[in-house]
Amino acid sequence: MSEHRALNRRVVTLPFMLLGVLFLIALYYLGVRFVNGMGFVTNLNGGYAWGLWVVYDIVIGTALACGGYALAVVVYVANKGKYHPLMRPALLASLLGYGLGGLGAFIDMGRYWQFYNILLPWHMNFNAVMLEVGLCVAAYILVLLIEFAPVALEKFGNTNLRQKLNKVLFFFIALGVLLPTMHQSSLGSMLIAMGHKVHPLWQTLYLQPLLAVLTAFTMGFAVVVFEASLSSVGFGRPSETPLLSGLGKAIVGLIAVYLLFRFGEVVVQGKLGLLFAGDLGSLMFLLESALFIYPMVVLMSPGARSNSRLLLWSAVSMLFAGSLYRLNAFLLTYNPGPGYSYFPSVPEIMVTLGLVALEVMVFLYVVKRFPVLHGEKRA
Amino acid sequence: MKRRDFLKASISGAATLCSGGALARPNLEPAPNAVGMLYDSTLCVGCKACVSKCKEVNGMPAVIEGDWYSWDSARDLSSDTLNVIKVYREGEAEVKDRVENGFAFEKRSCMHCVDPGCISVCPVTALRKDAINGIVTYHADACIGCRTCMTGCPYNVPQFDYDNPFGEIHKCQMCNQAGVERINKGQITGCAEACPTGATLFGTREALLQEARRRMSLKPGEIYSYPRGDVSKPHSLYEKPAPEYQQHIWGEKEAGGTNVLHISAIPFDKLGMPPLRERSYASISETVQHTIYNYMALPAVVLGGLTYVVRRNINDDEGDKS
Ligand code: SF4
Ligand code: SF4
Repeated sequence: MSEHRALNRRVVTLPFMLLGVLFLIALYYLGVRFVNGMGFVTNLNGGYAWGLWVVYDIVIGTALACGGYALAVVVYVANKGKYHPLMRPALLASLLGYGLGGLGAFIDMGRYWQFYNILLPWHMNFNAVMLEVGLCVAAYILVLLIEFAPVALEKFGNTNLRQKLNKVLFFFIALGVLLPTMHQSSLGSMLIAMGHKVHPLWQTLYLQPLLAVLTAFTMGFAVVVFEASLSSVGFGRPSETPLLSGLGKAIVGLIAVYLLFRFGEVVVQGKLGLLFAGDLGSLMFLLESALFIYPMVVLMSPGARSNSRLLLWSAVSMLFAGSLYRLNAFLLTYNPGPGYSYFPSVPEIMVTLGLVALEVMVFLYVVKRFPVLHGEKRA
Repeated sequence: MKRRDFLKASISGAATLCSGGALARPNLEPAPNAVGMLYDSTLCVGCKACVSKCKEVNGMPAVIEGDWYSWDSARDLSSDTLNVIKVYREGEAEVKDRVENGFAFEKRSCMHCVDPGCISVCPVTALRKDAINGIVTYHADACIGCRTCMTGCPYNVPQFDYDNPFGEIHKCQMCNQAGVERINKGQITGCAEACPTGATLFGTREALLQEARRRMSLKPGEIYSYPRGDVSKPHSLYEKPAPEYQQHIWGEKEAGGTNVLHISAIPFDKLGMPPLRERSYASISETVQHTIYNYMALPAVVLGGLTYVVRRNINDDEGDKS
């Protein structure tokens, strides 16, 4: 009845245990963070209020988790049903990525025991971009859970509930497209209020939401291509390349639009000179642009689009491009003023690594025990 | 057809965003009875009486950095230091208020912005501005510790107490926080009261602006009667030749203006003030946000369109998908 199957392989393997060790190390540092305070494990300071945890776990992590979002747009909005086989793994990765973002937000929240204030209408500040991000990410995690519920119901054979859920699922799918559009664009808008601290090459003011949502899309597609090609290599399953090459075309268009706005803004605002300043900002901008341009150029040729190696490389390039765009804007070229510097501490890095390890462990467990991956036969 | 619907919705959305002009929110205006301070860098002798008075008012310990134990040697704002005197030094640092081979002092504390970035970005309204006197206060009972205020303040003023597992944000509240309320009781700020030279003056924003403008118009060397304490009712005055002021009142216009004003003989960028334009970033951020989320109308329309399209496409697929 469903074309999805669990992999039914052993869960506790050597890599799984190594990931577990990483997670335990993270747990230790998290203990220190909650008992003694953030200052004992992070290098955050008066100028750099946000470090690796916010910028990787939330800003970059949720964008990496946009696979489910990007694919939902293709499958359900543009009505390209042939991509459906990719949907479940993409949804799972999104759920875990956003879960990690939510967890990261909680860990980084200085007064976490009052987090519920953000849900109390009399506390809400509707001028604050952060309010939109917080509520919208929380709502999206719920929506992802609902979208993924059929998988669990299928496993436990609860057809009655599953049929009921299927009847209303279209509404949650629609929400699952709207919500990421909202908060991914807002993640960009957050940069506006940071004003002069954001490097002029990344401070695009009115364009922030658009650039953020476009890069979230490219990263979402890249993740889908990346995961599908990798799982066919890693689990020795049949290649999904014919499906993926179609996505390649969409990617070319997206990056073209993005670059048009990105460079258009630089030219119109007279910031072209900054590109050749030879400082960190100009270097990073050029690197970031190269990482966007490479996949666009490669995927323009139909030949390359059906070559799984080139597809994989393009996906990797795009993942780095989108991540670097965020990293640059929020951290690397972010300059709060004289006297402040930041580089993540070892514990900060270990916590982030440990959380990613947890994410991978859960992913492995779920695909081995739940009907997530598409069966051998093509639909 | 359905694809066109979706495109239409997105395009009208994008158009609304681009025409933000109609909903643009301008800079906020000063509160009717805004109180503030005027810091005249040329009068400051760097004694830090204001720093220690501030600690006394706020019950905070002295900060010792390096081997300077004689008095508070905090170099920057922190959760234990809400007001700090910083030093500008160039070359030999011989002459006060000279750019080359000179030195100067600069006060750093909350500027009590007219259009505060910290308030605009706080998701839970933990930072609030008094509607009458314009003082920006912090309320820990609302705060979730996300530290967005630190990123949204152009001056890096709010400071989170990272070394405390139950830390909170600390910033100058112009001595008017609950439990202190010096301004409500008719007193002046601790730092202005303690300042021996009148480098830090208390008063209404209006009166302080007038005082600053008077000083701008002085010829270098001209004798001027400098007040101490409250600009409108100084507890004493003293005469002194005027320095050569920069013709710039910091806080008159910057990012919508501030209630704490600075004047100086050294250009402000050299004193570490941020490069700000007249339009506040808070107003741009809110313009973008409210253009997209005006009464949630746009998201609602898009959701309606999406629901319709998705439902159709799922039904189309009904045949071959379970
Ligand atoms: S200086 Fe910073 S903390 Fe003070 S009111 Fe302005 S934005 Fe807020
Ligand atoms: S740290 Fe507290 S005061 Fe600052 S923005 Fe977050 S909730 Fe508001």
